[in-house]
Amino acid sequence: MGRTHVSCTINGHEAEFLADAGDSLLNALRDEVSLTGVKEGCGTGDCGACSVLLDDRVTCACLIFAPEAEGTMIMTVEGLADAEHLHPLQQTFLEGSALQCGICTPGFLMAAKALLDKNPNPTETEVRYALAGNLCRCTGYDKIIRSVLDAAAQMNADQMNGASS
Amino acid sequence: MTEDPTTNTGFKWVGTRPIRPDGLDKVTGKARFGADLVLPNMIEAAIARSPHAHARIVSIDTTAAESMPGVQAVITGADFPDLKEAGAKQPDVFQAAKVMARDKVLFEGHPVAAVAAATRQEAQRAVAAIVVEYEVLPHVLTAGAAMADGAPLLHDDLITANVDPAPEASSNVASRALQQRGDLDAGFAAADVVIERNYTTKPVHQGYIEPHAAVADAGQDGRAHLWCSSQGHFDMRSSTANVLAMEPSLINVTPAEIGGGFGGKTTIYLEPIAVLLSRKAGRPVRVVMDRDEVFQATGPTSGSEMRVKIGVTNDGDITAADVFMAFEAGAFPGSPVGAAAMTALACYDIDNFFVEGFDVVVNKPKVAAYRAPGAPIIAFAVEGLIDELARAIDMDPIDLRLKNAAVEGVQAPYGPTHPRIGFVETLEAIRDSDHYRTPVAANQGRGVACGFWFNIGGNSVATVNVHEDGNVSVITGSPDIGGSRASMALFAAEEFGIDVERINPQIADTQTIGHTDVTGGSRVTLATGKVVVEACRELTADMCRRAAKMWDCEVEDVEWVNGHAQHASGTETPLSMAAIAAKAGRTGGPISTTYTENVRGAGAGFSTQLVDVEVDEETGQTKIVRYTTAQDAGKAIHPSYVEGQMQGGVVQGIGWALNEEYIHREDGTLDNPSFLDYRIPVASDLPMIETIVVEVPNPNHPYGVRGVGEVGIVPPMGAIANAIDRATGCRLHDLPMSPVRLLSAINDKNA
Amino acid sequence: MDYLAPTSVDEAVGALAADPEARVFAGATDLIPQIRAGRPEPGLLIDLKRIDRCTAVTANDAGWVVGAATPTSRLTEDPAFSGALPGLSEAAGLIGSDQIQNRSSLGGNLCNASPAADSVPAMVANDVRAVVAGSSGTRTVPVGDIATGPGKTSLADDEFIVEFEIDRPPANTGDAYLRMTPRTEMDIAVVGAGARVTLDADGNCESARIALGAVAPTVVRVADAEAVLTGQPINDDTLAAVAAAASAACNPIDDKRGTIEYRKQVAGVLAKRAVKIAAERAGGATTGGTH
Repeated sequence: MGRTHVSCTINGHEAEFLADAGDSLLNALRDEVSLTGVKEGCGTGDCGACSVLLDDRVTCACLIFAPEAEGTMIMTVEGLADAEHLHPLQQTFLEGSALQCGICTPGFLMAAKALLDKNPNPTETEVRYALAGNLCRCTGYDKIIRSVLDAAAQMNADQMNGASS
Repeated sequence: MTEDPTTNTGFKWVGTRPIRPDGLDKVTGKARFGADLVLPNMIEAAIARSPHAHARIVSIDTTAAESMPGVQAVITGADFPDLKEAGAKQPDVFQAAKVMARDKVLFEGHPVAAVAAATRQEAQRAVAAIVVEYEVLPHVLTAGAAMADGAPLLHDDLITANVDPAPEASSNVASRALQQRGDLDAGFAAADVVIERNYTTKPVHQGYIEPHAAVADAGQDGRAHLWCSSQGHFDMRSSTANVLAMEPSLINVTPAEIGGGFGGKTTIYLEPIAVLLSRKAGRPVRVVMDRDEVFQATGPTSGSEMRVKIGVTNDGDITAADVFMAFEAGAFPGSPVGAAAMTALACYDIDNFFVEGFDVVVNKPKVAAYRAPGAPIIAFAVEGLIDELARAIDMDPIDLRLKNAAVEGVQAPYGPTHPRIGFVETLEAIRDSDHYRTPVAANQGRGVACGFWFNIGGNSVATVNVHEDGNVSVITGSPDIGGSRASMALFAAEEFGIDVERINPQIADTQTIGHTDVTGGSRVTLATGKVVVEACRELTADMCRRAAKMWDCEVEDVEWVNGHAQHASGTETPLSMAAIAAKAGRTGGPISTTYTENVRGAGAGFSTQLVDVEVDEETGQTKIVRYTTAQDAGKAIHPSYVEGQMQGGVVQGIGWALNEEYIHREDGTLDNPSFLDYRIPVASDLPMIETIVVEVPNPNHPYGVRGVGEVGIVPPMGAIANAIDRATGCRLHDLPMSPVRLLSAINDKNA
Repeated sequence: MDYLAPTSVDEAVGALAADPEARVFAGATDLIPQIRAGRPEPGLLIDLKRIDRCTAVTANDAGWVVGAATPTSRLTEDPAFSGALPGLSEAAGLIGSDQIQNRSSLGGNLCNASPAADSVPAMVANDVRAVVAGSSGTRTVPVGDIATGPGKTSLADDEFIVEFEIDRPPANTGDAYLRMTPRTEMDIAVVGAGARVTLDADGNCESARIALGAVAPTVVRVADAEAVLTGQPINDDTLAAVAAAASAACNPIDDKRGTIEYRKQVAGVLAKRAVKIAAERAGGATTGGTH
């Protein structure tokens, strides 16, 4: 069988690509759609560096067969900011020094976004467990957790002030 | 800007926490790491690796692979120059053999061939079609086994260095390291309590999340361009050139963003393979490791066997120390046992000691540097033993360390006399900390431990350019693994007196910046920082001269204040950098300078750490409840990234203490080459890591900087062992202190 | 490999029956790592997630019917399900990180047949049944009969699990699942223990179901431990007997995650703790289990 044609929405735009049935969505996003912000750390779902949102749920792109993406909505780190503004998480990660080498950062941002979309006011423990699927070797997680809590506080304040987040 | 590093205050930019200059690209996914580069006409590679821990290569048949779909080039060891025959030095021969095996494979995962093909899958299928005939040989996996009589030998020409007389026959012992002073027997005789223990540790991996990756584009003119994420692209260049018997400057290496290194990316693996494949295929070639290849075939740090004996008087004077270490080097010589011998006792002022270490080859991947290489391993033993001695003489473990602490004027075990250092200050910071003053909970245990790392200086170059808009580029050759670009920008902002946002720090390739030593040894903020500072000072002096020309006055009347040239009389409107740059052509040409130095005067780093643990005595699981680390940074240029280095080192140490280890099967193959079973800490395992940054300025640096990247990983294993002992009454002498091992010890205690 | 996403059970059965190299999958969280590790690639990947029955969660008077390919996060986020079956919900929720949870499924976890599968002891403790479809029709099987050994199931080549039937627990019943992992997340269970306890009017144990994971090739029902408890109060003595029976019922191996001795000892510890939590829940207490 030849390659499968996949149509989906990526970062708000219609996208299409070709993939072999057994290709992972990770490889398709990086190699076919040139979204290299999605990183491969392990390829087996143990590190979370390839985390993307698939129909608003955070998943490891390395554990999805590319054809499964047909008709779905995918968000990668490249879709987190809009043209004018960074997402509050991106902003607090920068201000809170929540990244050093930065290879795990895209995955953390997507997992943190999924968390805050579901649970806008998490405790520190809830943040730690929600992000347990994302490995970081540089930071010891401390500043990442603080930045996520700061973003949550900011987003809640924005909500109360009627700002759009 | 202050001239006096000893006061360490009065800075406008240094010590603040601006957003790091590479941050925006990293949070938007734009930053390009090693595997992200795509070149036109690029093809992909895969590597054939030995399934055996030790074997002779009888034959390699690549004919099937060569004719498979998509395949453009196949190489084996035979395609590499024979350095041994060319009379090269043994380390160079070993390095080349590590990159690709010649006649023997010495560890599981040892490369034996490589394929470049149109797609990665095609390359992998071709690799599977390469037929290698092996004669499997007996293997050794531990230092003890490798040193025993009759052990299988990895090399037939390895004569132990630094023993007298030199052995006649080859062995698995590559070298001996020795540090000694005073009279050991007299020292132990003077002690009231002497304790001796045996320790073992396992190999652990740096655990960077980014697998190794390289892209090579070799031209018909004998030149090659290499992109790779590394900690030192000049070293990558020289090592790659060495393996390929090329002149180094024929290779240009562009550093990619690096996704973690911690020492493990200071050496070559893929680079010569990528260049050779590119040369043979006539196209750019990308080589990326899978995660299991990273664990199997890059450079973890040594497993070890150690024996430590220390004597102390009843009032807490350490009188003698006797240390034996055997470190696994992996398949080729070069464990960090020498550095371990130098650092083993470096926190303390001990008159009588004998520290001996052996570098032993075993059938495992060749070890590479891992954050303060060697020091954490021996510190686990020494810091644990010091705690046992403190309990034996009923002395507070911090007080025992204070009593024997290395201070200014003390001769370090490895020779030099300490200048001003900040070790005592870190002990006091912990003793005075909120954590220490909070009583330990009833079901928990508290441990303290210390660590030392030399830090280094070395060769660095900086080029600084002032642009027509008065903004500045700072160009260096130091790959940024921890936030050093932010620090370089802060130095330049401080020196020029302008907003840090106006500074653009860049890392240049090997053609466009002068030779710069590796990003390692905690050297960049110190050494590259120093040359940046000096280059900026040259330019402020230069801009004052230009202003003097513009004002037609004496240069002595001009001073540099807040980003402007100012006339001392106050009669002239101060000139901004943009204003001076506008006239650059008429005042001497473009405003640019390059400063180069082999920087000396690195300040030693000390860390004291405190941990509270809770142990589930029915399962052996240890929970880290609270952790505080105090470290002397000299001067924290960007405090957030200093804290980040401290926290990162601590958490690696927690993993090393509790769960991380290489688990080998009896046949010498690695049983856990994945993040599933090589267990680095996850976010839910940890509390916040409290940091106390102590600043005792390094007198040899314009800003008092001491390296901060490494020493933080040295104390945790000892601190956690001490805490577990207090919590459970079980003293563990082997790493990791995993639930299985701890429960076994608890069972023994309860029996 | 080829990929097919059928929209009905019959279509899936047909595809499975027609191709001996076909494999069904839900979240692929085990399948993809296994293919990467060198296991033979399936000729045809049959994606069950577009079949409504396979991803439906239906509550009725008898209990629940849960599609076998339903992401486990759907279950853990369902307050009614998690409230009635907290142990089973916790077990499903331990299969992996949040990323894994949005893909992992009870069907996948069961049919991968790892001895350490987290959902299986809790499913066995709750007497869950699997509805299996194949070319010879549909049959309903206790989940404990599905896995026959590491990586092996009793399913024929043309069969797959469509959904699970879970009965609403009787009154005064509680369940719990605990596991031992070196880290707090992201690990495979070294030992797993699922328990369900029903209390009688006096607060004694009327009946118990206790199942252990990762201590034998397949899940172990500890009949001896159940017998110790039946009709008895749940106190330190009976719990100690439960622990001893659980340890004795194990048949574990030494591997990179644990030793035989460790698994036996900790199986006893977790069995008694799981029973205790299940009993507390049966008595109306809302007790935390896993973290």
